[in-house]
Amino acid sequence: MAERITLTFTLNGKPQTLAVHPMTRLLDMLREDLGLTGTKEGCGEGECGACAVLLDGRVVNSCLIPALQVEGCDLVTIEGLAMASGLHPVQAALLAHNGAQCGFCSPGMAISAADLLRRCPNPNHGQVKDALSGNLCRCTGYTKIVEAVQAAARSEA
Amino acid sequence: MIGQSAIRKEGRAKVLGATQYTADVPVEGLWRGATVRSDVPRGILRGIHFGEGIPWSEFTVVTAADIPGKNRVASIVADQPFLVGIGEEVMHPEQPVVLLAHPDRYLLEAARKAVRLEIEPLPSVLDMDASLRQDELIYGKDNLLKEIRIAKGDPAPMWETAAFVVEGDYRTGAQEQLYLETQAILAFADTDENGLRITIQGSLQCPYYVHGAIAGLFDLPADHVRVTALEMGGAFGGKEDYPSLIAGHAALLAWKSGHPVRIVYDREEDMAATTKRHPSRTHIKSAFDANGHLLALDVDFQLDGGAYATMSPVVLSRGTLHAAGVYRCPHVAIHGRALATNTPPPGAFRGFGAPQSLFAIERHMDICAQRMGMDPVELRRRNFLCLGDSMATGQVIREDLDLAGLMDRALVELDYDAKRKRFQTENAASPEVCRGVGFAVFMHGCGFTGSGEAKLASVAGLEALPDGRVSVLAASTEMGQGKHTVFAQVAAEALGLPIEFVEVAPSDTSRVPNSGPTVASRSTMVVGKLIQDAAVAFRQGLLQQGLLHEPFTPEAFQAAVRAMLARSGSYKTYAQYHTPPQQKWDDTSYQGDAYPTFTWACYATHVAVDTVTWEVAVEDFVAVQEVGRVINPTLAKGQIQGGVAQGIGFGLWEEVRMQNGRMVNTQLTNYAIPTLADLPEIRVVFLENPHPAGPGGAKGLGELPMNGPAPALLNAVDFAVGPLRLDEVPMTPERLLDRAEEVARG
Amino acid sequence: MRGFLPAMELQRPASLSEALQMLAAHTGRPFAGGTDLMVVYNAGKLRETRFLDIARLPELQGIRETPEYLDLGALCTFTELLAHPAIHRHFPNLVKSAKATGALAIQNRGTLGGNIANASPAADTPPCLLAYGAELELVSPRGTRVVPYESFHQGYKVMDLAADELVARIRVPKYSDTSVHYFRKVGTRQAQAIAKLSLALVAQVADGCIANLRIGLGAVAPAPVRARHAEGVLQGQPLADLPMVAALEALLADMSPIDDIRSTAHYRSTVTRNLLGQALRTLSATGN
Repeated sequence: MAERITLTFTLNGKPQTLAVHPMTRLLDMLREDLGLTGTKEGCGEGECGACAVLLDGRVVNSCLIPALQVEGCDLVTIEGLAMASGLHPVQAALLAHNGAQCGFCSPGMAISAADLLRRCPNPNHGQVKDALSGNLCRCTGYTKIVEAVQAAARSEA
Repeated sequence: MIGQSAIRKEGRAKVLGATQYTADVPVEGLWRGATVRSDVPRGILRGIHFGEGIPWSEFTVVTAADIPGKNRVASIVADQPFLVGIGEEVMHPEQPVVLLAHPDRYLLEAARKAVRLEIEPLPSVLDMDASLRQDELIYGKDNLLKEIRIAKGDPAPMWETAAFVVEGDYRTGAQEQLYLETQAILAFADTDENGLRITIQGSLQCPYYVHGAIAGLFDLPADHVRVTALEMGGAFGGKEDYPSLIAGHAALLAWKSGHPVRIVYDREEDMAATTKRHPSRTHIKSAFDANGHLLALDVDFQLDGGAYATMSPVVLSRGTLHAAGVYRCPHVAIHGRALATNTPPPGAFRGFGAPQSLFAIERHMDICAQRMGMDPVELRRRNFLCLGDSMATGQVIREDLDLAGLMDRALVELDYDAKRKRFQTENAASPEVCRGVGFAVFMHGCGFTGSGEAKLASVAGLEALPDGRVSVLAASTEMGQGKHTVFAQVAAEALGLPIEFVEVAPSDTSRVPNSGPTVASRSTMVVGKLIQDAAVAFRQGLLQQGLLHEPFTPEAFQAAVRAMLARSGSYKTYAQYHTPPQQKWDDTSYQGDAYPTFTWACYATHVAVDTVTWEVAVEDFVAVQEVGRVINPTLAKGQIQGGVAQGIGFGLWEEVRMQNGRMVNTQLTNYAIPTLADLPEIRVVFLENPHPAGPGGAKGLGELPMNGPAPALLNAVDFAVGPLRLDEVPMTPERLLDRAEEVARG
Repeated sequence: MRGFLPAMELQRPASLSEALQMLAAHTGRPFAGGTDLMVVYNAGKLRETRFLDIARLPELQGIRETPEYLDLGALCTFTELLAHPAIHRHFPNLVKSAKATGALAIQNRGTLGGNIANASPAADTPPCLLAYGAELELVSPRGTRVVPYESFHQGYKVMDLAADELVARIRVPKYSDTSVHYFRKVGTRQAQAIAKLSLALVAQVADGCIANLRIGLGAVAPAPVRARHAEGVLQGQPLADLPMVAALEALLADMSPIDDIRSTAHYRSTVTRNLLGQALRTLSATGN
């Protein structure tokens, strides 16, 4: 077994230090070493987006990131998305618009949608499409998810 | 409450990522389980060899020889073993043979790869033709898993006398449910002075199916087995029967290892090994008079049922019962067969046979219209079932059915007439992108087929909670469809309470009665009705005991419930399903009322076909349906939109590629389900026509949306670039190119 | 997850020179954005076990613009490409192909150098780089050499890249403002798709005739390829009377498509020719 390394990074706004194998998938590090199971595994090949997290402010698939590459980074997971005041606007909108059905894609979808609204507070349909087409959903047909993101944009604007 | 869009009860936890699915549950001392599978379609298992370099003494290994009870999964036919034993026949290439458990996931995977199975190969049957020809007898005396005939009148004389006789062949491919959460089961085995107890928690649609499977596997009394369905990350039928097998595996490993064991399939294993939609082929022969009235239908409907019966008998039944579509026809003969092949058994998937046979008939109606020189709208209009008409089984339409109105509404919503004219003109100039409009009119039978509900005799109930609120007791499971919310709404309405005063108990067999499996568009209509009845009894009980007086406030109700509990310790009411007296069904002749009622729909779409790449883009989609009373419009819309999206995938893109009996495109990168970029906004219209079978007049709607998109899309593609031989789904760009070249070749 | 974690090694060299020394010493293979390698690792099909994380080497980063060309660090992500105005101004095909690569989360991690050195025949940006006449700067402990990208791929996953070499930078010469750029990818779906085939075409129009035509093809040969036969037929021809049939015929000699899990050889061959036809119609329309 290769040496573990000690990683230091920021997790949901707090400093975090962890001993881990450098090739451990970020997804496994979150779910198994840190007990943060909100991030889901849907495919293990970077296709479904259920494992999406924000790494230095960008959406990434945590199943494709080795732990070593998180060193020194700022990491936000679904557990860190809600604000002290309550749900993040995209979470509130997904709830209100039935954008979460089985809920398994919802953490990744919320991460991608929150990232979109931060970059682009009033997205048009094409921008929503570009931002969310890496998050597969099998329940909704996406219509209600798009409605939710647009509603969240209106509430933020 | 009924008719209001109450917020999904478990929704907040879902958007927070706080919902615990099976793989998320923390378990002390957990071991992980893995499955070693056969890799040939058919053969005799001669030996199991454990390779070098693995610390086997650390592992728990289970083979068929370890099984304490019956090595057959309890199902319609108990033909499928949990594990194939030495000297027994391997029937398909993903068949479980050895189970392994270890605490370390990486070592476990290395060990799985180190097990070698020695299988003496036997000739295999890999497709429906080979099965029908009986090249090899692999199942029973004729390779038939099930055969059904429906007869009405006598079609034979019509072929000679009718003005038009049109025949066609249609095929549909396998389809993967592709729930985002892969199959996952957690098992605990504990032995006390009363013996062994098995506890299962998992992603499963039917707790009592799993319960029966585990009791048989360990030969245990019912009260020694406890099964709980956790929140599911989708199921769509894919977690109806296969979880019984996985639960058995996890339980065997837990029992032998003495540790809790979790089995979570990765996507590749889930795609390769678990159930799919049955591939089908249908031959239709139809006769019409000179005015386009349907005189006779002869349908030969075949399903590839895989290596074991599993759900095939009932999938075949539903497919056969929907094969004549929504049309009045005096002479009908339908022959249904489910054929055995050496492939992993398909199973339940939203629609359950109906999408296959309805694809055939709704595509066929457009082709008939073409051949007869009629408008497809007009041809359908002349043949729709109406109040008083009888279907192929003799079932009489007893509701005020207006299919023409439904169709007209969908066409208006789509702007069908204007688009049709416009596209005709535009397409005449042979642009690179041609557009087309198409539609399909169809139905879905609500609840179990025939006498299924009578045999199930489901029970649901209500229970008083210590704080004076009420909990719904039912084994029905939440897979995203919104059962928690709809059940709470139904109970709240009948109790006269706001929804916050109603909880829904976990689907735990130690706590809830058997309300039947969560399948067949039956939960809202059948179980919901039982909940409504139990709620009425619950409220009546409080009134009769003098603890509650009408009108009452929720607080007064709570106080009454607490008083009831103080008086009698517990307070529960139950209701059991009884077949309505007017509903008759004969399982042997396939005559009578196949379903208590149907939902009805017309889906219309306009597509753009790029003749450079033969890609089809769905630019508009309208789903108009009559589903009885809508209990929660927002949730209901979501169900329809999601079903339409799956139906579009079924029609255009989702292809299961098989080689030597096994699926080879087992990744999300090569099995393409729609992304947001692939779908239009899906527009939904409900027409409400309350039906007495369901609570507040509701029918079941979960499966309906799967049935219409495929034929509607192909009808639209045909308008755009046809007439082509568009007889198969998925109509991938590769197939569409081939079909276009057929015409070009002449 | 089928990869065997205990056998894996991932080290981070502190500098480019250390990375090159480690490469030369066979301490590991380069690992950048991980969007290809991690997929293979997760599937349990990654043969190599030792990797060098080069993702933070500064020499391999950044986009520099000169009057003649754009100099792209191999570690440029697709998102970085898409954010750079010069790419939009001069290389619309790169914009299209970067947007067509996976979806946002992949574009945020996947790198241009990785897209090249992973050497998938179905990668999205390579046909565009071929059509733009890109050059690669390769570095090793022995020094730096520059090779034309069109001679870099030599067969299925075979490259003009020594074991101790890294793709450091990619240089793409600017085209005149009157150039015509065409790129189209046909994937299994509209996003998050691997190409069934793709075609990139760049040409200039001089005196009503095609000049400086280059065509790059994806997923129809063991590696991304130039369509030299088709180019040969078209080069210098008048837009008003393009030898369409001959060009499409010649394109057959540029391809060796196969049947696989994503498509058929016949579809690939036919639709690639259809795309060339569409590109040439676009070109003619521009000329008029």
